[in-house]
Amino acid sequence: MNAPSVLSPPAEALVDSRFTVPGMRCAGCIGKIERGLAAVPGVGAARVNFSARRVAVSHASALSDDALLEELRKLGFEAERAADNPLARDDAETRRLTRALGVAGFGMMNIMLFSVSVWSGADAVTRGMFHWISALIAIPVVAYAGMPFFASALMALRYGRTNMDVPISIGVLLATGMSLYETATGGEHAYFDGAVMLLFFLLAGRVLDAMMRGRARSGIAALLGRMGRGAHVLQPDGSTRYVEADRLVPGMTMLVAAGESLAADGRVIEGRTTVDASMLSGESEPRPAGPGDLVHAGMMNLGDPVRLEVTAAAQDTALADIARLMDEAGQSRSRYVRIADKAARLYAPAVHSLAFLSFVGWMLAGAGVYHSLTIAVAVLIITCPCALGLAVPAAQVVAASTLMKRGLLIKDGSALERLAEADEVLLDKTGTLTLGEPRPTNLEALDARQASVALALAQTSRHPLSRGLARALAAAGIEPAPVAAIGEEAGAGMRGRLGGVEVALLRPEVETGGLAVDLLVDGTRTRIAFADPLRADVTETLAALKAQGLSASIASGDRAETVAQVARALNLFATAGMRPTDKLALLERRAVAGHRVLMVGDGLNDGPALAGAHVSIAPGGASDVSQQAADAVFVGEKLMPVATAVRVGRATMRVVRQNFALAVGYNLFAVPLAIAGYVTPLIAALAMSGSSLIVVGNSLRLARAAGREGAA
Amino acid sequence: MSVIGFLIPLALAMGLGSLGAFFWAMQAGQYEDLDGAANRILLDDEPGADC
Repeated sequence: MNAPSVLSPPAEALVDSRFTVPGMRCAGCIGKIERGLAAVPGVGAARVNFSARRVAVSHASALSDDALLEELRKLGFEAERAADNPLARDDAETRRLTRALGVAGFGMMNIMLFSVSVWSGADAVTRGMFHWISALIAIPVVAYAGMPFFASALMALRYGRTNMDVPISIGVLLATGMSLYETATGGEHAYFDGAVMLLFFLLAGRVLDAMMRGRARSGIAALLGRMGRGAHVLQPDGSTRYVEADRLVPGMTMLVAAGESLAADGRVIEGRTTVDASMLSGESEPRPAGPGDLVHAGMMNLGDPVRLEVTAAAQDTALADIARLMDEAGQSRSRYVRIADKAARLYAPAVHSLAFLSFVGWMLAGAGVYHSLTIAVAVLIITCPCALGLAVPAAQVVAASTLMKRGLLIKDGSALERLAEADEVLLDKTGTLTLGEPRPTNLEALDARQASVALALAQTSRHPLSRGLARALAAAGIEPAPVAAIGEEAGAGMRGRLGGVEVALLRPEVETGGLAVDLLVDGTRTRIAFADPLRADVTETLAALKAQGLSASIASGDRAETVAQVARALNLFATAGMRPTDKLALLERRAVAGHRVLMVGDGLNDGPALAGAHVSIAPGGASDVSQQAADAVFVGEKLMPVATAVRVGRATMRVVRQNFALAVGYNLFAVPLAIAGYVTPLIAALAMSGSSLIVVGNSLRLARAAGREGAA
Repeated sequence: MSVIGFLIPLALAMGLGSLGAFFWAMQAGQYEDLDGAANRILLDDEPGADC
């Protein structure tokens, strides 16, 4: 059931390397990777983390990362080096909350054992003893599980503000204190179970919230795409060494192979090739680059391997400028106030005042300090922030997992809120409306034998044209022919032998800008032309968005002719030739006009717009930078997740408002009872769990919010 | 009724034991990869398994 373990420990010290493998899909992939890597000489063990789409390999230091990437490719998986755990901090927070939840759960259940007997009518001596045991359990539990709330409340108070955690902390501490007093004087009502149950449900809400964020973030990290995160640098002694992108300096000589993305700006010293600049400029037509030409980080080398002299790296690349623009644009986003925080601002003062007024009222009515305080605490506890604390996270977690099943990863809850508010959609062209990779346009011209030979040759290469050809053929259900002795010549093509005769995928003799390939089978050459096709369901998606009231338009960096073609086909208003600053300016104009724009884009040139829009979505093949700037990422070749996201966002906000209504309704019913002095701990406990269950149950209705598969 | 003097500490000890087991499991990283754990039971032991 588990991965095979290492039988004999290797003699030398092992190092650990981690890689992201976004292509893992099922149990078979886990087994294939772990067994396949463990069989490589020099590898001690390999362990797959399926949730994060990562594999951790412990291996001899002589085995390089590149060799391991090659092994993974041989097994059939595209892989990248993993960044050094950017999620460590969030994970620690989630773990802390989960531990507190575990402790609160233990305390709650064990105290309830004793409370049930007390409520059933245990008499003085038994009751006293059970109260003391409850106290013994409750005090360490409240001290440990309450820490997240006490710490947050203290921090707010230090700045003279109150947040949701202040009444919770006061309520819990007072309840525990009063119950201790009650226990010590042999009284009837102790609130230990209520206080601990309060902590349990609130922590449940917090853990759900944190888990949702953690899962979406690791899902996005696993999609880290084609951006060059490092380069092979030529050393003075003639060898090459892999250097991280942020450690490249001007003057280094980079070797860029075919299919590799540039990690820094550079000038070509040796070699002639074509580069794909679509990530930066949106232009889908590859550009030729020869000695002396300037190329930028983020472009992909399509043709021959070249040597570049680095001219600008890390913070100085054109790419980094875009990143800075994005940072500034994103500032306004962080000022968005989530609906939960708005509720907290009203809730905290309201509850404090109510409890205080009850205290004063009862004092004036002649009850003693003790009795009035009991009633004030009952009011604090029963205005259960549990239901409020769960109202938003419960709905958002269910919505996020529903969307995840549909191929959309949401980064956090405020994204759902902002999706619901969007009333306009701005779409990029290359990579968003189109697939962003070249696909063959004339596969019908190939007969079955030619198609299966083409698939056999194409599937072993990483070149973008080969990948597009292999995917299209595999999707058409073609089986690869048994071609032997397949070899790739960088820049020339792939050759192999089938039944003794040579077959090949070759670069056309007449240069057509890199968007065609000749298939040589049985002595005849057939040309396969490539283009960047629109996604299959673009018209349905646009119709679905229109049905929801969002008007769409295109904003692209590509040339006017290519954009006009697409705009006419889809009957949309379009602007072409836009630079990153132009897109941002367009968004600001729409925002000033009172519109809330949903931006969908993938290239680096969309980065600032993605950061500055009211809400933004990026496709899964986008650059790291765009994926980090966007609020959500959708995977796969369909555009429909964008429309689904808006629909689910609106459904979520409806459910959140319903949850708030339920929580407030419950309060309106329960608070007068508490003020009138009728609330015993039993009633408080039942009321709290009841309201929380109702809120969670209501949120579960969102599991069907995305509708049936295939429906808009 | 005196048996309760034995049962209550036993119940609490068992509860604390399970809490300790939960903490240990968290610390041993058993909750890091829930989807992976779910999928591993479907692993065949023979090589050449398909995705």
